[in-house]
Amino acid sequence: MSLADTDASALWLSLRLAAITTALLVPLGTPLAWWLAGGRARWRVLIDALVSVPLVLPPTVLGFYLLVLLGPHGWIGAAVHALGLKALVFSFSGLVIGSMVYSLPFVVQPLRDAFESVGVRMLEAAATLRASPWDRFFSVSVPLAARGFVTAAVLTFAHTLGEFGVVLMIGGSIPGRTRTASIAIFDHAEALDYGAANRLSATLIVIALVLLVGLYAVTRSARGPTAMVRTWPWR
Amino acid sequence: MALALSLALARPGFTLQVQCEFAARGVTALFGRSGSGKTTLLRCIAGLERFARARVCFDDEVWQDESRFVPTHRRALGYVFQEASLFPHHDVRGNLEFGFRRLPRSQRKIQLDEAVSLLGLETLMQHRSEQLSGGERQRVAIARALLASPRLLLLDEPLSSLDETSKAEILPHLERLHDSLSIPMIYVSHALGEVMRVADQLILLDDGRVRAAGRLQELLTREDLPLAHLENAGAVLEGTIEAHDPAYHLSFVSIPGGRVALALKALPIGHRVRVRVDARDVSVALKPPELTSISNVLPATVLDLQPDRDPAQVTVRLALGNERLLARVTRRSADQLGLARGMPLYAQIKSVALID
Repeated sequence: MSLADTDASALWLSLRLAAITTALLVPLGTPLAWWLAGGRARWRVLIDALVSVPLVLPPTVLGFYLLVLLGPHGWIGAAVHALGLKALVFSFSGLVIGSMVYSLPFVVQPLRDAFESVGVRMLEAAATLRASPWDRFFSVSVPLAARGFVTAAVLTFAHTLGEFGVVLMIGGSIPGRTRTASIAIFDHAEALDYGAANRLSATLIVIALVLLVGLYAVTRSARGPTAMVRTWPWR
Repeated sequence: MALALSLALARPGFTLQVQCEFAARGVTALFGRSGSGKTTLLRCIAGLERFARARVCFDDEVWQDESRFVPTHRRALGYVFQEASLFPHHDVRGNLEFGFRRLPRSQRKIQLDEAVSLLGLETLMQHRSEQLSGGERQRVAIARALLASPRLLLLDEPLSSLDETSKAEILPHLERLHDSLSIPMIYVSHALGEVMRVADQLILLDDGRVRAAGRLQELLTREDLPLAHLENAGAVLEGTIEAHDPAYHLSFVSIPGGRVALALKALPIGHRVRVRVDARDVSVALKPPELTSISNVLPATVLDLQPDRDPAQVTVRLALGNERLLARVTRRSADQLGLARGMPLYAQIKSVALID
């Protein structure tokens, strides 16, 4: 079973999109998750809900508003235009932005839970041992929340890989630029080329399974974030 | 005076109004019932809690007042929590080095090996927190705090989550700290036994207020304080090992006003010890008793008599040299002997426990 060149490039585009989205979203979602885990702000409930909205909205709704926002008359689109940058809609950068919004809860929720489970006491202990707030974050919170980081990264990657509605709305289907694997499958099915659709779909299933098996193997091999850290290769 | 603290706090069902000073040397116990505000005070001293109406001064540094607040990691203190709170992602060595590594070499007052041997952790260095017993964990936590070279060590009921065996395992280490380090310690506890073993000074906290503060020996026997009226009330005396009698399996300790015998302890002559004499183990006689099985008889003077919780008993406070002793006798005996203030008599001590 081999993929046609166009399908291989669509798959490659999906993988790139997933990798870039993950690489950007995990560091950007971390402070937000940290803030939400702190749990003192009154705004927390609202922000918590906002972050989770992409979970329940149809991706087309999200994609529609992103299209409006990023388009030449939207706030962001106009700002980008004024700065003399390339338009975001129907571009790879636009897809990255859309994917980041769409996958936000997949980063924030596991990280928020992981930070919450680290608890206040560990940070207090570190503070009494001369660790500054930044130091505490990197030397206590991050290692103890390692499992949350792995979960966040894998879920974001897998979720972005399978994204369809948002991509369709803001990306169109430009080969090599915005035609991701899921769009290619849709095109094949519409053209009644079930063989091609099947080959690409099966490839996505295998990738998703490998990712999830890997994730569960890592996070289940040990109970609690501690043991997780211990089995980590870089420890 | 090493530390001055004032704190006013009002919460529904809980008010705290405290002003106290802590000695620059030795162990000061913050003693009181659960809910009396001990831990809150300690957390305020450490800067783990920031209260609006608080003032904390340590030596010449202001840690907190109306306008200033030094964050915890900039206060030169060590903190031992009720539960050891070791970092699960580090082994024992990693935990010990956590604070140690964060100090410039010039500020390190204690080396890793010293702390390790002081707390007896030699064989545990590669262990993870979950492989340790409760007592071991707490020993690691104490060593970890010491290795941050604190100028003040705060201990929040460090033994309360441990079983009796683990307590017995840690107490000698705490006493060793007391003897070998010059770091002032504040020890929060609601266990009188622990306080009698480790404290020099006592601050008695009751219902969010300081009820009394002073030397342990004095507060233990003060008639206006609840300590002298507890079922296990007693006096603590400082003494020196004077001689051993292996044949009778006894050691002799000189204390203010005399000398007492107790079960043989393998300690060098001249070693300073602390003994505990429970009020219920002390009786009194007007003349030196001749035919008695009680070997510890010391001349003393009656300071006063206080009604006991038990209506049949009274608590007699005795002056023994400069120190105080409590005796619990029946009211009937007290009347028959005509006990009164200033009367010389003999205290017969049935049992003396070496606190060690």
